[in-house]
Amino acid sequence: METLWSPTKTGDRGGKWFLSVLALIAVAAPILNQAVPASSPAHLSAYGITLIGKYLCYGMLALAVDLIWGYCGILSLGHTAFFSLGGYAIGMYLMRQIGTRGVYGDPVLPDFMVFLNWKSLPWFWNGFNHFPFALLMMVVAPGLLALVFGWFAFRSRVTGVYFSIITQALTYALMLAFFRNDMGFGGNNGFTDFKDILGFDLHSDLTRVVLLITTVATLAATYLACRTIVESRAGRVLHAIRDAESRTRFLGYPVESFKVYVFVFSAVIAGIAGALYVPQIGIINPGEFAPINSIEVVIWVAVGGRGTLYGAIAGAVVVNYAKTYLTGAFPEVWLYAVGALFVLVTLFLPRGIIGLVQTRTKR
Amino acid sequence: MSARDKKLELEGLTVSFDGFKALNNLTLSVDPGELLCIIGPNGAGKTTMMDVVTGKTRPDSGTARFGSGNNLLEMSEAEIVAAGVGRKFQKPTVFERLTVFENLELALAGTRSVLKTLRARISPEQDNRINEVLGTIGLSGRRFELGSTLAHGQKQWLEIGMLLMQDPELLLVDEPVAGMTPQEIERTSELLLSLAGEHSVVVVEHDMNFVRSIARRVIVLHEGRVIAEGDMDKVQGDPKVIEVYLGV
Amino acid sequence: MRRFSMGGQWPLVLLLAVASVTRIYAQSPKDAAFLSVLGELREASYSDKASIAERLSQTGHSSVRVVLTALLEDRLYYRNSDQKVFVVKTADADPLALIDPLSLKAAGSAPADGMTKIGTNNSLRHTLKMTVAHFSLGSADAAVRLDAVHEMSLSLDEETVALLRKRLAVETNSGVRKEISIALALSTLDGSDSRARLQAVATLSDSVSQDVRNRLALLLDKSPDGTFVESDAKVRQAAAAAVESIDRWRTFYSDIQTLFFGLSLGSVLVLIAIGLAITFGVMGVINMAHGELMMLGAYTTYVVQTAMPEHIGISILVAIPAAFAVSGLMGVLMERTIIRYLYGRPLETLLATFGVSLLLQQLVRSIFTALNRSVITPDWMSGELKLNDALSITYNRLYIVIFTLIVFSAIVAVFKRTRLGLDIRAVSQNRAMAKAMGIRTEWVDAMTFGLGAGIAGVAGVALSQLTNVGPDLGQSYIIDSFMVVVFGGVGNLWGSLIGGMSMGVTNKLLEPWIGAVLAKIFVLVALILFIQVRPRGLFPPRGRAAEDK
Ligand SMILES: Nc1ncnc2c1ncn2[C@@H]1O[C@H](COP(=O)(O)OP(=O)(O)OP(=O)(O)O)[C@@H](O)[C@H]1O
Ligand SMILES: [Mg+2]
Repeated sequence: METLWSPTKTGDRGGKWFLSVLALIAVAAPILNQAVPASSPAHLSAYGITLIGKYLCYGMLALAVDLIWGYCGILSLGHTAFFSLGGYAIGMYLMRQIGTRGVYGDPVLPDFMVFLNWKSLPWFWNGFNHFPFALLMMVVAPGLLALVFGWFAFRSRVTGVYFSIITQALTYALMLAFFRNDMGFGGNNGFTDFKDILGFDLHSDLTRVVLLITTVATLAATYLACRTIVESRAGRVLHAIRDAESRTRFLGYPVESFKVYVFVFSAVIAGIAGALYVPQIGIINPGEFAPINSIEVVIWVAVGGRGTLYGAIAGAVVVNYAKTYLTGAFPEVWLYAVGALFVLVTLFLPRGIIGLVQTRTKR
Repeated sequence: MSARDKKLELEGLTVSFDGFKALNNLTLSVDPGELLCIIGPNGAGKTTMMDVVTGKTRPDSGTARFGSGNNLLEMSEAEIVAAGVGRKFQKPTVFERLTVFENLELALAGTRSVLKTLRARISPEQDNRINEVLGTIGLSGRRFELGSTLAHGQKQWLEIGMLLMQDPELLLVDEPVAGMTPQEIERTSELLLSLAGEHSVVVVEHDMNFVRSIARRVIVLHEGRVIAEGDMDKVQGDPKVIEVYLGV
Repeated sequence: MRRFSMGGQWPLVLLLAVASVTRIYAQSPKDAAFLSVLGELREASYSDKASIAERLSQTGHSSVRVVLTALLEDRLYYRNSDQKVFVVKTADADPLALIDPLSLKAAGSAPADGMTKIGTNNSLRHTLKMTVAHFSLGSADAAVRLDAVHEMSLSLDEETVALLRKRLAVETNSGVRKEISIALALSTLDGSDSRARLQAVATLSDSVSQDVRNRLALLLDKSPDGTFVESDAKVRQAAAAAVESIDRWRTFYSDIQTLFFGLSLGSVLVLIAIGLAITFGVMGVINMAHGELMMLGAYTTYVVQTAMPEHIGISILVAIPAAFAVSGLMGVLMERTIIRYLYGRPLETLLATFGVSLLLQQLVRSIFTALNRSVITPDWMSGELKLNDALSITYNRLYIVIFTLIVFSAIVAVFKRTRLGLDIRAVSQNRAMAKAMGIRTEWVDAMTFGLGAGIAGVAGVALSQLTNVGPDLGQSYIIDSFMVVVFGGVGNLWGSLIGGMSMGVTNKLLEPWIGAVLAKIFVLVALILFIQVRPRGLFPPRGRAAEDK
């Protein structure tokens, strides 16, 4: 129908590109790792696989932030809280999988509990020996937190910078809490030394490849889900809220409900991203909650180009690749480079890298 | 006429901002199908009155009823809209980064719930209705352009269009003709006149010629209260009104 | 010196001239005696050192106290090259800052390996303490006498009691008199006269000292054989009442102390938030580099101190305007090159200024390395103000509170009383109108931002006294400062003051109950909940402009 054309429905050319790249990774990475011999320069090492997986998890986190920031104008400076909660949920499962292989060899208690002289598993650890339960919690924990937090905040009409700052307070408070040994999440050290997932050795190349493919598939699925949302009428309501919140309200839309829904959905995506991240990286600790990390995510989105979804993912990958490369090659330069990048992007590329690419291709 | 027959009934409304009374014991009512004009100098409290009716501002005291038994003071903004109150803002606020068409689509009467809007599709009738309104507001040719590209007068029209899409029982129209050309002003008055009858319309305007062209009953507001009421000639002859406007 | 006391003006001038010359080139006989006894310390055994110290104190020289205290605190050294004895400023530093034992003036510095410490052992230190105390009892300074009495009351024997009695007879200072009576009362408790003991308990019940309380509590104990340590029931009763009263007072004072801790933490919060209240509140700019502007202030303090090592005491005072200038200029630079292009887009500003914060961090890392720099606390800021036995207030906390109040009043004055303040308020309330009235809004923006940044620098000077000065200094404070501003209500200086203070006090009140970390978490959660109730803080910004934001 001709009348349904609109700029928010661009036919999603960028999205198609993005999905093609994902497909390419899903096909090429396993081949380069499994079929190409390690001696060949084309071989993709386990390290490389993990690195790609890590970038894609970050991409997913950026996607979650872009959905609420780029489309609904909600700037969360605490999204790593949800990411970390998802990570901790799967981390608890992985810890319980260790079983007697831990340093202390306790069949039930993780090492840090034995170390702290705990006699039994705290109640909230029950169930985490079952993988489906952990999967459920990776969604429920961040989702529930977002629901409660969002419901209170949005209902009270906490908006703009006030909202941003209390999200920061939220993740900061969680960080401090998780640092405490008494919380039962391993304190400072968090969880590490994982052995296997669903019985598969986490250190084997094949498991890593499978995890990568899972990440790729999940990212594609969440991307499509987000795309569907933003292209629906609800997506246009989100746009409307971003542009003129009170006007939207006077059109009769329950603005608060829209915000709560999209916020919870975004938090769940972040939680899933965290849950995919932890088994690949092999560690989760309270440092992940640090507010500075959340700000960095926002920066990825801005660099990539907000309000495009794929731009956010591209931003996450580009910035993190640059970080990996520069911190290795020129540690001195890294912070100068990022610092300058943020300044320049906001000043000269308000629509991010994607905006730049779009203007180029239109010409 | 008994109170139950009124479309809108405001009684003893008082709103104060830091001790300053923007509305001071304001009482007025609107009949079904009536076109009521409200005039008054800057700061008289006209916009504040609309804020109270639409739930944006909660008054310190007084009552506000709409239709049969809706207590506006206990309803949320969304509920008030759902009950049938539509509003055009003084400062036109259209959604700048949505197209004209999408602006109207969002205003379309119908579902507002999150999950339903997620699946909502535009039916052929709705499409027709949007096209019809686009014609009425003279923006058919610009339907795919972003709200931000419109001129001030066109934004006014788009706001009126959004109001039409909502098809409310009561229309609150705050300064509709600011920034319009004389021809457009004429079209607006025709439009408002055609709406009255089926709908109740409350118009706030500073443009006296425009008010004269549409007015039946006029209410003059000053310092948050009604100081005169009647037809245009009566009101303009009222010494209190002359004093307020000329500052004698 | 008696030689010159013949009267008349002329001899007096001569006396002064000679005295000042002799200080440097020759020594009076008293000095010479003092020095020669002092010299014996170098080689003596520990037991000999005790008697040497006694003889030193008998010289009656004005430096005795300082030198013996230095010996007590391991700060007495001699120079290997010429065997000359020096007091040093801080032990185990390198280089050592030397103080001449006669004139007590700074005498340059020397590398630590060129100096040998004159050692002490436990029993020597004990004797030394008494020697110093005896000596100090005769001091002209009441505070010194008070310390001495306190020191002596910890180990009372017949000799000290006699000494204290003698002093009490001539002592005029009421504080010292009281302290002496307490010491004497403590000694009476051991006596056999139960009337006197009862009297002593009454005297002691006025004290708020922990030692006195513990001593009184001992009276209530039972000996192993089941009898009471204190035989007289009346005395026991009085002692029990006294213990209770002392406890009550001590709780009261410790509450005051907690409150004061809270206020001083609150002051830090206010100080770090107030610059932000200006840039964030008045201008709507989220300046993520605020913490780094504080860091610049702290580094400025370090640089100023390094530049004037001889004048640490006033270096802090010099650092305040310097830090204001450095951070303020950086702020103006930021405003002119970046922020002015981003007005009205708070979230973009957040990103750009975050970039700036990374740049500044790396900049100081490049210049000063990533290691922490230590800023010396000047003497006048260290130590504590002892109000009584149960309540003492450290000077640095006290100064922080005072400093914050001064800075705050200064800013309020700038806003209320200066043209710039008026312009700032006008621009923040209605930019277009202000512009139409001929206010140079661009200039006002730059100045406002510079002011906020400059205050951040000043806060940095204060922080340099509290924490390590390192590249990460800013990051650890930025969240707190945002919390304060949001809690108080954006754009409201008073809100920041009350917000910061109440957050500080709440934190410190909770700490004894639930520990520092939980207290902090509690404050954060309380803040989140508070914002639900008042989404725009304690003092919400007013008017229509605020609503549209
Ligand atoms: N949120 C607010 N905070 C403080 N004062 C307000 C607020 N809203 C309105 N006012 C004040 O209340 C008074 C009435 O304002 P209102 O907008 O209702 O007047 P009006 O009649 O619509 O004027 P105009 O013709 O200029 O639109 C004005 O003095 C205005 O400054
Ligand atoms: Mg108005």
